[in-house]
Amino acid sequence: MSSQPRRGVMKVALIEQQRSTLEISPSAVEGVRCSTVDVFRASTTEAPVIEQEIREKEAVDLPWQVVVHNDPINLMTYVTMVFQKVFGFNREKAEKHMLEVHQLGRSIVWSGLRERAELYVQQLHGYLLLATLERAH
Amino acid sequence: MEIHRQSDALEISELDPFLAELLRQIPESTKPEGAVAAENRLFSLPANEAETELCAEWKLYVEPDLRRLFRSATETVAADLTALNGKSKPFANCTLRIPTRNAEAWLNALNQARLVIASKYGFTDGELCDHYRSPIGSRRDLSLFQVNFYGFLQEYILRELEMGSS
Repeated sequence: MSSQPRRGVMKVALIEQQRSTLEISPSAVEGVRCSTVDVFRASTTEAPVIEQEIREKEAVDLPWQVVVHNDPINLMTYVTMVFQKVFGFNREKAEKHMLEVHQLGRSIVWSGLRERAELYVQQLHGYLLLATLERAH
Repeated sequence: MEIHRQSDALEISELDPFLAELLRQIPESTKPEGAVAAENRLFSLPANEAETELCAEWKLYVEPDLRRLFRSATETVAADLTALNGKSKPFANCTLRIPTRNAEAWLNALNQARLVIASKYGFTDGELCDHYRSPIGSRRDLSLFQVNFYGFLQEYILRELEMGSS
């Protein structure tokens, strides 16, 4: 990973700053993404506007799924090893997901908050697996 | 060709000149330049194209990290492969040592090479499972053999890593 903060990470840091500045309750901020513009507003004079925007964006952080797709090149043993390394699955669980990928074409290997899901997909791409993020239905 | 496990390395000995040459080609084979399909496979989208913001951020922030990671693995393998450029006679068999600490880099570089070659030639599932096709014939046959040979090496390295950790 490079030392440059990614935008998602910056957002989280800024939300933390926002919490302390405006004393918005954690439950109101939970799972909210707001733009840099929102935060600059927060630090100046338009706090009520922010709260309104937060409410509008509350639905953004529904669970995301990490999906691994089948490809004919990656070896089954390799995919199993990657699942064990990235997700800490035991051998049995890793093989179950690997076979799901192989036989059904895809497997949902993790679901949760977007930032973490992004990190997992990045790791999987580092191992050259075909992996995507999807919004959970 | 013989493969032995040593305390801190995997040793591939009795490498004939043909297989040694295939190994020497690993770093070059990882380069997707000029082949859009290969580039797209190595740096695949993180989500459906409809997630435009996510995909754009990915290209900007994550892809450079992945490029560095892949380049680092390839450089490690290239350094290990310099042992094949010794002073032995041109057609003599040779030996390659893969330090265990470099095993992950080898897995990564071999995977890059396999994905790039397969994307360039558009091999079918059937072709990829045809382990008995002769490499002699067309450039395509040779490349298919190369993909399967690299896969064999990956399998071996994985098995050794597993045995080493158990």
